[in-house]
Amino acid sequence: MAEMSVELVAVERRLWSGKATSVVAQTTEGVIGILPGHEPMLGQLVEGGVVKIATPDHETVTAAVHGGFLSTSNGVVSVLAESAELAQEIDVAAARRDAEGEDEQTRIRARSRLRVAGYSV
Amino acid sequence: MAQLRELRDRIRSVQSTRKITKAQELIATSRITRAQARVEASRPYAEEITRVLTALADASPLDHPLLVERDNSRRSAVLVVTSDRGFCGAYNANVIRAAEELQNTLRQQGKTPLLYVIGRKGEAYYRFRNREITKSWSGFTDRPDYANAADVGETLVRAFMQGTEDAKHHETSEDVLGVDEIHLVHTEFVSMLTQKPIIRRVAPLEVEYTESQGLRPAYDFEPDASTLFRALLPKYINTRLFAGLLDSAASEHAARRTAMKSATDNADEIVRNLSREANQARQAQITQEISEIVGGVEALSSAGSE
Repeated sequence: MAEMSVELVAVERRLWSGKATSVVAQTTEGVIGILPGHEPMLGQLVEGGVVKIATPDHETVTAAVHGGFLSTSNGVVSVLAESAELAQEIDVAAARRDAEGEDEQTRIRARSRLRVAGYSV
Repeated sequence: MAQLRELRDRIRSVQSTRKITKAQELIATSRITRAQARVEASRPYAEEITRVLTALADASPLDHPLLVERDNSRRSAVLVVTSDRGFCGAYNANVIRAAEELQNTLRQQGKTPLLYVIGRKGEAYYRFRNREITKSWSGFTDRPDYANAADVGETLVRAFMQGTEDAKHHETSEDVLGVDEIHLVHTEFVSMLTQKPIIRRVAPLEVEYTESQGLRPAYDFEPDASTLFRALLPKYINTRLFAGLLDSAASEHAARRTAMKSATDNADEIVRNLSREANQARQAQITQEISEIVGGVEALSSAGSE
């Protein structure tokens, strides 16, 4: 199967990098799926979006991405985020608390974290 | 003997000071490694965003205000990164000196510098001298988060976007003074022993025109290129600020380690000299006591033989 390399980087650290067969994300224009050999593209991701990366060994890496951009060229996909969390790192209790919070931004971010962690909101 | 007791008191006090400086030294040492790791960890993002921005710059016209040099700039923002705590040698003095030089240069060019200060030490320095600080932030210099950089960046970019030209038209509507340039003065981590202050212009960004090598990929943009550009540029500025903050934090810890190490060494030397003096005093006291006893015995025995 065709593969591409994917970099998921947040400002403070690199979250994940490796080979993948597909990447699904939401840009401000709509949902976009990227397969190997995609044309060069640059997109702005929605606030509190979810990025799904399918690896060649049929696993899925899911991450909550805030303030992000996605770029692809020459078989390399990079997802840039102001902050991002992988599904297994998410503190569900804290996210639930934030989802009830005052601040609009915090609520949006918390909801995406909950979605990534596998809860419906 | 009073002198001996005094010496022992002084040794004790120097030793307790030494404990503090030694502890500070160890803490700083452990934090340098962590601070350097954070500088390292932030690098992939910085590289990626630069690459993305370069791709975008090729595709869209370079007319964003953050890129365009303004002809008659009147005010410049000077952002000085100092530390919150002292005990770090000449770290703050150096960066403040560099900032003063920059401000003098700006004044000579006919621009008014506006001070933005990060860190309690810088705040105290300028407040003591009754200098006007436009805005200051503190409480995070030894462990800066991206959120801190974003906060600072937002303020600066807003002032920048307003500019001095605009301010003339509606001076009353906004309470922030616009600026035409943003300069960042921070400390660069060269090595464990060397940190040097460095001045960088953050905005307008310097655009490098390079000869294209072969065919460039024709990018597809979502949303369109200029909207993306507008969204990306402030983030890029924040990244630059964040990198500066991280570098300064690493430098701060390194400077503190060096300062505390020499303080500990000095304390060791003082203790050594004082102990020598104390031993001398103790021996002198013993000698004196013995000679007093011997003298007494002699006097008694000569009295008894009569």
